[in-house]
Amino acid sequence: MDGSTFEDALTGEQKIRNFNINFGPQHPAAHGVLRLVLELDGEIVERCDPHIGLLHRGTEKLMESRTYLQNLPYFDRLDYVAPMNQEHAWCLAIEKLTGIEVPRRASLIRVLFCEVGRILNHLMNVCTQALDVGALTPITLGFEYREQLMVFYERACGARLHAAYFRPGGVHQDLTPEFLDDLEAWCPTFLEFMNDLEGLLTENRIYKQRNVDIGVVTEQDIKDYGFSGVMVRGSGLAWDLRRAQPYECYDEFDFQVPVGKNGDCYDRYLCRMAEMRESTSIIQQAITKLREPEGQGDVLARGKFTPPKRGDMKTSMEALIHHFKLYTEGFHVPEGEVYCAVEAPKGEFGVYLVADGTNKPYRAKLRAPGYLHLQAMDYMCKGHQLADVAAIIGTMDVVFGEIDR
Amino acid sequence: MSKALNELGAHIEAKRPDCVLKWDVTHGELNIDVAPANIKGFVEFLQTDRSCQFSSLVDITAVDYPARPKRFDVVYHFLSMYQNHRIRLRLAVREDEMVPSITDVTPSANWFEREVFDMFGILFSGHPDLRRILTDYGFRGYPLRKDFPTTGYTEVRYDEEQKRVVYEPVSLTQEYRQFDFMSPWEGAEYVLPGDEKSDDAAKGA
Repeated sequence: MDGSTFEDALTGEQKIRNFNINFGPQHPAAHGVLRLVLELDGEIVERCDPHIGLLHRGTEKLMESRTYLQNLPYFDRLDYVAPMNQEHAWCLAIEKLTGIEVPRRASLIRVLFCEVGRILNHLMNVCTQALDVGALTPITLGFEYREQLMVFYERACGARLHAAYFRPGGVHQDLTPEFLDDLEAWCPTFLEFMNDLEGLLTENRIYKQRNVDIGVVTEQDIKDYGFSGVMVRGSGLAWDLRRAQPYECYDEFDFQVPVGKNGDCYDRYLCRMAEMRESTSIIQQAITKLREPEGQGDVLARGKFTPPKRGDMKTSMEALIHHFKLYTEGFHVPEGEVYCAVEAPKGEFGVYLVADGTNKPYRAKLRAPGYLHLQAMDYMCKGHQLADVAAIIGTMDVVFGEIDR
Repeated sequence: MSKALNELGAHIEAKRPDCVLKWDVTHGELNIDVAPANIKGFVEFLQTDRSCQFSSLVDITAVDYPARPKRFDVVYHFLSMYQNHRIRLRLAVREDEMVPSITDVTPSANWFEREVFDMFGILFSGHPDLRRILTDYGFRGYPLRKDFPTTGYTEVRYDEEQKRVVYEPVSLTQEYRQFDFMSPWEGAEYVLPGDEKSDDAAKGA
């Protein structure tokens, strides 16, 4: 109210103007550097304009001046909650253009770490979304398990977060038998924790009041706004790229695609919980397959695209030259364009790669699922209360590393 | 897989011969070159046709080829969740050409078209809100064009005296490193630093 139209508190009618507020970029429920310009009518959101790009680092431009292998670590920095799933899409794109066959052991390890990434992501999402709507406890418990998984990351590749573990042609290093034993022992403890987490949230009255019937997504919305991942499955469509367009060796694994019914925030939460259980089961299957005789062997398709073995480099001059050339000049990828997508924890993460036959990509476009989800904010939030905005952002699962790129 | 895609490509060409300039299946993916003026109607057709049903827009992006008269390729990716197939549409456009926006047909094109405008400077006619999206407020230039330097033109820092963030032209303490990967064994012709002296010396002697 600007006061100029104010006439009389008793009789005169006051003109009420909508209220504009800035949500973020430093808001804890914005999950990063999101700035929302909200137009409020009382407590009801009338319009919501997301301003993104505060974390824009020009990844796509940088990639054009670096070799294929140097570009790989950029993918860890996109969705930094589940780094290896992004690397996977890049490796698949290169492998599709060059026609490299990934050895079976490497393929199994990739599946294993993709599912570890899925658990990392969903744990983060469920726990912080619960925090946004007022449940303080889950995050203190959930992050301990995230930490334990990061220790497994560290044991595999030496880095807790920015792994650079998947390489074109396989994975960087082999896993030890002790690693598999420890990860197998970890699975039942995690499932036990899942029971605790469900006990805390699933039938919690406040949690349900904040999430049921909030941010409902229908089948038409999915088509209009190009949703993917849990945003689709929460609404009852069993769409999962691991099942629909199998890549790697997902077709050998036995897993369910959990779907919701109503497409609201609560169903998306339930989907994520069920997916974590499925991921744990896939991890257990992968460990079993890695121990079988068929699961043994090399973890890199040895050739011009991958480094020689350390031992060879000590004795063979050709191997040494090859190693030097690979890490300075890099490998050349034949001309062509491909689009490769993986079912990242947040939805369909894709890479559109245009190669011109040199050692650098001519153009690489990273298709982030969160970009489309956030785009629908205006549509999803209209008519909801201000407090629901936090719940909706939470279940949309946005991470600004991948949206701003 | 590619047999089904070949059938689909032939089907689309038969139904809309006016839109399809050329189509092919490479790397197991269906590519269709479309005339820019027809894109809106063509996307509508792809969504509604029974055997296409390309329900979701996956991506819109562009590729810059400065050497070509039609400088940009605008690339659309669509996915059908019902038929489980993908398609790629390519539009060759000149630098001064406008592309019809498809936001009326799929609302999800909104941010993608803003991004293409932001990064390449391609204008979309009929877009409701064509603002920059990823770059800074008040940014100039189109970063993903090939003639835009990777370092950009301006850099920012916080000025302690003025108590605000200031914009300055980029100053590099070290030259930006550009490596030449052409192999001298494979026909690269360049003068190594110092070689020109040996020529002069030869003449002098």
